[in-house]
Amino acid sequence: MTTYALHQAPAPASDRTGFDIAAVRRDFPILRERVHGKPLVYLDSGASAQKPRPVLEAMRHFYEHDYANVHRGVHLLSARATDLFEQARETVRRFINADSADEIVFTRNATESINLVAASWGGTFLRAGDEVVLSAMEHHANIVPWQLLRDHLGIVLRIVPIDDAGTLDMDAYRDLLGPRTRLVAISHMSNVLGTINPAAEIISMAHSRGIPVLLDGCQAITHLPVDVQALDVDFYVFSAHKLYGPTGIGILYGKSRLLSQMPPYQGGGDMIASVSFEKTTYKEPPHRFEAGTPAIAEAIGLAAAIDYVTGLGFDAIGAHEADLLAYATTRLQTVPGLHIVGTSPHKGAIVSFTMDSAHPHDIGTIIDRAGIAVRAGHHCAQPLMERYNVAATCRASFGLYNCRDEVDALVAALMTVQEIFG
Amino acid sequence: MAFDDLRELYQEVILDHGKHPRNFRHPPEANRQARGDNPMCGDKITVYLTLAPSPSGEDVVADAAFEGRGCAISQASASLMTEMVRGKTVAQVRALFENFHDMCTKDDALHGDHGDVDEDAMDRLQVLSGVRQFPMRVKCATLAWHTLIAAVDGGAKTSTE
Repeated sequence: MTTYALHQAPAPASDRTGFDIAAVRRDFPILRERVHGKPLVYLDSGASAQKPRPVLEAMRHFYEHDYANVHRGVHLLSARATDLFEQARETVRRFINADSADEIVFTRNATESINLVAASWGGTFLRAGDEVVLSAMEHHANIVPWQLLRDHLGIVLRIVPIDDAGTLDMDAYRDLLGPRTRLVAISHMSNVLGTINPAAEIISMAHSRGIPVLLDGCQAITHLPVDVQALDVDFYVFSAHKLYGPTGIGILYGKSRLLSQMPPYQGGGDMIASVSFEKTTYKEPPHRFEAGTPAIAEAIGLAAAIDYVTGLGFDAIGAHEADLLAYATTRLQTVPGLHIVGTSPHKGAIVSFTMDSAHPHDIGTIIDRAGIAVRAGHHCAQPLMERYNVAATCRASFGLYNCRDEVDALVAALMTVQEIFG
Repeated sequence: MAFDDLRELYQEVILDHGKHPRNFRHPPEANRQARGDNPMCGDKITVYLTLAPSPSGEDVVADAAFEGRGCAISQASASLMTEMVRGKTVAQVRALFENFHDMCTKDDALHGDHGDVDEDAMDRLQVLSGVRQFPMRVKCATLAWHTLIAAVDGGAKTSTE
């Protein structure tokens, strides 16, 4: 099989944007791993990102020195654990510039965050015939919770179409906002197409009609700075594990005004003010929505991930990833019969593609043997696959640790696919 | 070496059947059909069987065909399958399925005795045995066969999950 420059040469000290990519790569222990005897080329950060050492160390340190349950007990470790847990909430607040840490709800992941809003807010405020506006590029996580509500309450889902490039049709969006529209729930950045949607415009158009907006920020949160107050977004959700943090923890940001009107999502310990068999009163948000022992070490890991990302800065990350995206887009187009799916002018560092000669799964299997990890499949976005009339695509999704040599390795491996299937 | 595994998986026969699947059609006279889905990858297949009673009274596959979309492995497996099952009794089809399934999932030593099986057919199906080295791809090879059995059993929707 082809040998790649990557296998002989160390990663460059810095890329063309001045980002110290070699130092960044050293922060991620897994990048030294070999796969089928080849250096790992991890191009699946859109599914889940790898973890830098500070995240791993923060969690280990917590378990070795500070671990206890939170919001319980008077002993020292419980106090330390509670402080660290609530400091993590404050770190998240600062990261997305929420007005108050009380607007930051810890969940399991973005999927649970959306389900929480659908069940609690939707279950309380929506009636049969009310409309929720989604887009054609949504992840299943931002479709199915609303379908459950549709089946339960008889709400109506309206879908904003996209053009062939993968850009949201804003005229159609405007037309879909009507007297029965109660919520807009749209992806901030597409996990398949890479499209970054015009969030501010989406929100201001909805707000001019008094309609709140939920943004699914799973992809956007890793690629661009998010300021929930500047956006004036009503709900914003993301998962830690795509942001170089641990699995098992996600965020629901909600404006205080909205969260305070919402009933609990789950019942249990830690979310109550007082309990008797006759009547239970609930804590104020965010604790009202955090029944049971939370993912404590994971919250601390998330805070470490946020510190890591903000330490590098989104200016540097953004420039580095823009360079990678442009380079990958150019290089991939040299592969015969390769088609990029998603060519919106405003994109993050994700490239989905198909090849005339080979199915995405065959591509995925072949390039895996060259050490290259990409996602092959429907990306939990089957309606979007239907829109493009494909069963599946391959997706290379870049993280801040990827480099141009890895793009070259991908292209070389795709040439091998072309040789086999030609 | 890794590349040898790939050559083993993507043999010429697989690439040929993947690109030019045989019996890729919907016969109007088919009297059994079933649909199979692989929810993990979105592959879909419909298998059409025309069963006819033989002189012995046992149902025999007079025709087998399929439609659908998927990777080279799934298309080639379906294509080869439609060639292999024609003329077989339902009991022989089941035996062939069991043997094929063993071949894709178990070491040779662990293959069970599933009764009267067409050795020539199994020889031809050996080209798909490479999937054993690719656990993530076994379902690609077996989807058509699971769907075949669902069709034999009277036709229903099946899934690899």
